[in-house]
Amino acid sequence: MSHWAIAPVLLPWLAGILLLLAGRNHLAWQRGASALSVFVQLGLALALAAEVSEGELLVYALGNWPAPFGIVLVVDRLAAWMLAITAFLALFALLRAIRGEDAAGAHFHSLFQFQLFGLNGAFLTGDLFNLFVFFEILLIASYGLLLHGGGRRRTRSGLHFVTVNLIGSTLFLFAVGALYGVLGTLNMADLAVKIAAAPPENAPLVRAAGLLLFAVFALKAALLPFYLWLPAAYAHASAPVVALFAIMTKVGAYSILRVDCLMFGARAGAASRLLEPWLLPLALATLLAGMAGAMASRHLRQQAAYLVVASVGSLLVAFGLGSAPGIAAGLYYLPHTTFATAALFLLADSIARRRGEMGDRLEPGPTVAGAAWLGGLFLVAAVAVGALPPLSGFVGKFLTLRAALAHPLWPWVMAVVLLAGLIGLIALARTGSLLFYRAIPPENAIAPEQASALAREIAPIVGLLLLGLGLTFAAGPLTDATRATADQLLQPQLYIRAVLKGGGTP
Amino acid sequence: MELLIALVIGVLAACGVYLALRARTFPVVLGLTFLSYAVNLFLFAMGRLSVGQPPVIAAKASGYADPVPQALVLTAIVIGFAMTAFVIVLALKARAELGNDHVDGKHEP
Repeated sequence: MSHWAIAPVLLPWLAGILLLLAGRNHLAWQRGASALSVFVQLGLALALAAEVSEGELLVYALGNWPAPFGIVLVVDRLAAWMLAITAFLALFALLRAIRGEDAAGAHFHSLFQFQLFGLNGAFLTGDLFNLFVFFEILLIASYGLLLHGGGRRRTRSGLHFVTVNLIGSTLFLFAVGALYGVLGTLNMADLAVKIAAAPPENAPLVRAAGLLLFAVFALKAALLPFYLWLPAAYAHASAPVVALFAIMTKVGAYSILRVDCLMFGARAGAASRLLEPWLLPLALATLLAGMAGAMASRHLRQQAAYLVVASVGSLLVAFGLGSAPGIAAGLYYLPHTTFATAALFLLADSIARRRGEMGDRLEPGPTVAGAAWLGGLFLVAAVAVGALPPLSGFVGKFLTLRAALAHPLWPWVMAVVLLAGLIGLIALARTGSLLFYRAIPPENAIAPEQASALAREIAPIVGLLLLGLGLTFAAGPLTDATRATADQLLQPQLYIRAVLKGGGTP
Repeated sequence: MELLIALVIGVLAACGVYLALRARTFPVVLGLTFLSYAVNLFLFAMGRLSVGQPPVIAAKASGYADPVPQALVLTAIVIGFAMTAFVIVLALKARAELGNDHVDGKHEP
């Protein structure tokens, strides 16, 4: 049994503890250690992705307790894909943070590593209760990061975020408890077997617990009735934090996909295709609501937050199609939208800093220093977020629409996705022209900013957008990889067999 | 006993939901606490109710209590306790920074 599967969980955990010991007086040391940890995590994620690219699953039984009695970590194509996306995103968020925002409060780097600990664990675990624990770890780290730097509005939106997530955690426990009470197991592979074999009199309980689980994941993913916490929380957090949070909603989307394919798939007996009637309509409504919110926003950060809601919507539209091409399109779209929205948040912060008292309000304001660079990057980011050609968002959206043709609801999917795209485009075009074309020239010449300072500030944004460009150029091999991932997901018996037979020696 | 436990969980959860929907931070924190009590009892009850049964192997046991929910509920209690402590500190911070204890930070008559 290879021990590499647990390394992405252990590394940020150890790094976070060591960073706590370092104290707050050694910032340079902390930055170096944090960056080193993220680099190694990136290497680990890529190595694991290469390891599982042929289709085998790495199952790591903790303490060598065989599944379903012990907790297992499972690396399949999907988990490795998510790990790699998280590591890339964390790298650029950290690059931005060490520009100075990490000094605004104590223990930024510890919290950052604990957040990664929770994220990596949530992607790797094969146990439902363990998933809850990793959710709590990433949430409590995110509470700390959200409040990082302090301030009145941040405190208020933080209070809402914490309360909503605590209620979500309680519901998660109710769902887990009900599943355990009926089926007597918490291992996800074993749950899948037991759900498929559940007698009809237990079916309503299993279905209720499954839908409760879906509601909790929808809350984390910011799906339609549950997205209202997101815009305020994301609009008021500091830039590097909210760039990292671009992956947080995707944890919910990942959990929906994992649970849907593994436990409530086509062969799940009484609970088969449990989420299907809900997922696609809710995702379409989320997409529209997010774009409408972006259109109505009066602040740039708020607009970016609503675009996150819309991106979750389009992601779950792809997953909600339920077919291999649909899931593959969603998986290709996922890194694109994560990187693009993170870049947009970083850019919004850079622009807001240069507009004096106007901040990020969407009203004609003074000319932004460094407008040529920031405006150019805004254009690229808007093209990426708006899913226009030639960037990867367009490829993802095209693949989604092509996969939608096979779905009975295809006219609705087409209409909503295209309409939402149009609304988003109008919103972004209006924002761009407000910020850069209708700017009021200042009476005094703007003090030229140091080119090197600007370059260092926008380097993470350029990096994130270049990743998007890389996704575009590598679209061929990557769509093959996501298609293989989707095929693997739609054959849950592979996962079940690997976990229940491969977890240690019986 | 089953009916009693079910009623207790239901009443706790109902009180928790009602209080969590209030407009002041203190009732909201209390509501979250009640909800977490309800879920802890619920998890515990999911191992089936039994009296005086050992959870691990004993020589003269007639039956066994399920040890897994006991472990789960322990984890849930620890996590719930930490989260409650956090939300109390956050509510105090909000009270200090926003000047009142309304969840939206608004002054109300």
